[in-house]
Amino acid sequence: MGSRPPVLEMTGIRKVFPGVTALDDVDFRLLPGEVHALMGENGAGKSTLIKVLTGVYGTDGGEIRLGDTSVLFGSPLQAQQAGISTVYQEVNLCTNLSVAENIFIGREPRSLGRIRWAEMRRRAVELLARLDLTLDVSAPLSTYSLAIQQMVAIARAIDIDAKVLILDEPTSSLDASEVAQLFAVMRRLKDAGVAILFVSHFLDQVYEVADRMTVLRNGRLIGEYRTADLPQMQLVARMIGKDLEALEELESQPRSSARELERGPLIAKAVGLGRAGGIAPFDMEIHAGEVVGLAGLLGSGRTEMARLFFGADRADTGHLEIDGKPLVLRSPRTAMAHGIGFSSENRRTEGVVAELSVRENIILALQAARGWTRPIARRRQDELVDKYVKALNIRPADPDMPVRNLSGGNQQKVLLARWLITEPRLLIIDEPTRGIDVGAKAEIQRIVAELADGGTAVLFVSAELDEVLRLSHKIEVLRDRRLVEELDNTDDVDADRVMRTIAGGVAS
Amino acid sequence: MIDVTAPPGTPPAKARNRVLKQNRRHVPVLATLALLIIMYAVGVANYRGFSDTQVVLNIFVDNAFLLVVAAGMTFVILTGGIDLSVGAVVALTTTVAATLLHAGWSAAVVLPLVLLMGTVLGLGMGAVIHFFQVEPFIATLAGMFLARGIALLINRNSIPITDGFWTAMAEERIRFGPGVFISTSVVISLVVVLIGAYVLAYTRFGRTVYAIGGSADSALLMGLPVGRTRIAVYTLSGFCSALGGVLYSFYMSSGYSLNAQGMELDAIAAVVIGGVLLTGGSGYLFGTVLGVLVLGLIQTIITFQGTLSSWWTRIVVGVLLFAFIVLQRAVTRRSR
Ligand SMILES: Nc1ncnc2c1ncn2[C@@H]1O[C@H](COP(=O)(O)OP(=O)(O)OP(=O)(O)O)[C@@H](O)[C@H]1O
Ligand SMILES: [Mg+2]
Repeated sequence: MGSRPPVLEMTGIRKVFPGVTALDDVDFRLLPGEVHALMGENGAGKSTLIKVLTGVYGTDGGEIRLGDTSVLFGSPLQAQQAGISTVYQEVNLCTNLSVAENIFIGREPRSLGRIRWAEMRRRAVELLARLDLTLDVSAPLSTYSLAIQQMVAIARAIDIDAKVLILDEPTSSLDASEVAQLFAVMRRLKDAGVAILFVSHFLDQVYEVADRMTVLRNGRLIGEYRTADLPQMQLVARMIGKDLEALEELESQPRSSARELERGPLIAKAVGLGRAGGIAPFDMEIHAGEVVGLAGLLGSGRTEMARLFFGADRADTGHLEIDGKPLVLRSPRTAMAHGIGFSSENRRTEGVVAELSVRENIILALQAARGWTRPIARRRQDELVDKYVKALNIRPADPDMPVRNLSGGNQQKVLLARWLITEPRLLIIDEPTRGIDVGAKAEIQRIVAELADGGTAVLFVSAELDEVLRLSHKIEVLRDRRLVEELDNTDDVDADRVMRTIAGGVAS
Repeated sequence: MIDVTAPPGTPPAKARNRVLKQNRRHVPVLATLALLIIMYAVGVANYRGFSDTQVVLNIFVDNAFLLVVAAGMTFVILTGGIDLSVGAVVALTTTVAATLLHAGWSAAVVLPLVLLMGTVLGLGMGAVIHFFQVEPFIATLAGMFLARGIALLINRNSIPITDGFWTAMAEERIRFGPGVFISTSVVISLVVVLIGAYVLAYTRFGRTVYAIGGSADSALLMGLPVGRTRIAVYTLSGFCSALGGVLYSFYMSSGYSLNAQGMELDAIAAVVIGGVLLTGGSGYLFGTVLGVLVLGLIQTIITFQGTLSSWWTRIVVGVLLFAFIVLQRAVTRRSR
């Protein structure tokens, strides 16, 4: 390995934000034709390293060499022109533009300065086909789900003829089949000599594709390893800097079904609830103390179903009964007044308010439920916020920090904390562990289990089937925007069984 | 992880839903078009002589300068910005042009000079907005005071223009038949609109304008030249204001530092009524043309009515603006 000169070499990189040293003397090398995983907990500095590299931020020290020239990019545009193509964490596209434009804007096929729209659309279709996607490329991107948007962002990045491809948590909102597609493309590019930098909190994925990895902790370099030389347990130990307890705890978590479910009173009941184009009419019951998991592929209607329970979308057939009484959810406000909480999958547009502080973000839903005329005393706020900042290990643990300065995973924790403090009777959580590191993921799963033990009804949506299986008492399987089966999570139900139901056909 | 090959493709119900959502983007423009037709029908039904072709053409003749100014404003608003300086730049242009022509300068020098002046002013505001990260509202408000102040400093009175070229442009009529004509200004304004629409739909610059309006942060991360485009948009608006000022001075045959007071608001109103989203990223220049026509038609109706005070124009515009902003909210909220 040592024989090939690196395409990219960063040495002694330092980046300081007011109050936080995000990167301190970090070295990083990327070889041609390798997939290199950048590993670390939430807030370790992975995204910051990528942003420093690609000219989003300036550096406070260190050198970046591309090939054998020293470079310092002033903007992502310059990095792109130098052959570095990047998919940043969170989807950074313009949802008002069409799918095709999002892929090609800035590089549109032109003749005499005139954009050739037909050719652009044709090429977009071809490119998406490489990722096994068939989309209406002239539709605005906003009409597609977050996962599809993520795939479009990837399509954009791989079309750029690049020496270096950077993917910051590209798989966090994808399902297994999309991930497989992405990995196939990554392997092709790698064989063509492209150096790929990959960030993910899914260890299985990292071990599947990465050749080497670099581990960061608290903005410091821990080491650079060949994947084959570093067993998973040791990797985790290096990432969290503690012994393996956290991980073992995660592994040994009991499945909810193993716990005795004391089914409480009926909280919510959907009767023929449905919405055209979203989800076909379905019936469902959620009892107090019960965790109901939604399983299904991307676009199978998971999120759409969850949103109906909160009134985030209006149902056009059927109705919802809360405590046995029919309730028309005209808006989320009504839902909140009846003790329903909803943590959205889309944290950037429907989740955290980036300009507000951690404290304000956490207090938001509770305050809204009380009404703005009855402010929560500052002391009480501090108590509540402190409790959840600790419980979820939100870092930096500074309640006055604007949320936009937090790393992606920590923003997700803030969003979850917001709903936890409202102590809802029915908590709907859509992808609560997206982009969250192993330690915090175990913590969130534990909290969900505790909530249910305490009598809260939980509607749990996650693309990770393992997680759904681990937590749910009951699993609702969706396919093609239809509820196809309800499975009690007994011992004979495993991932295979659910997968077969999802895939249709041979359900036994 | 378990691998399953998902059947790709969209079920038909979803596709239909998508088509609906797509067409929703045209709702504001279609609403404006409908409004225009209804207003015209009301005018024709109630007033004698309203159906003359010339009545419609006069709307273009009387509002050519506004159309040019609003075209520039459309670019700015599409990026999510605003330009409050346009009215003042129009006034400054008419004042400088009239003063120089009065002093005996040749039109061949004055014309490019005033256009350059407006462009440079726009460039300056764009640079301030980009480099010092000043809110467009603040930067162009400052630009507005500056331009109006300079105009007042030059001359507080109206200056007549007697230059040959200017009067020729003012009097030249393109005739389609007896009593059916347009002015050269109309031709110029329509050319501006056509070029603008082409730029927005078919050039990289135009698409970047939409991208910035959608999300400036994302546009930056996508490697688009956000700073350059922003500056260019205000420069363009400065140029359009100056050109609008020139057309205005053709129309009035004079220059006056108190001209075009509040024209920025008319321009913004036209753009918004034309269906361009104030937050940027959505709308068409064609919509702006409709917006200007709506404003012109209101004035015409009030003139035909004869008994109403001209302030009614303002009231009606206010009500319409309000209605359209509410409509836009409804459309964007539903299409998410
Ligand atoms: N713009 C900013 N201003 C201030 N602090 C910031 C800013 N961006 C990041 N930070 C801080 O820098 C640290 C590193 O953040 P970074 O986003 O790089 O983490 P990460 O490793 O990508 O984590 P995650 O896995 O959650 O995405 C965090 O403590 C974060 O709060
Ligand atoms: Mg990150």
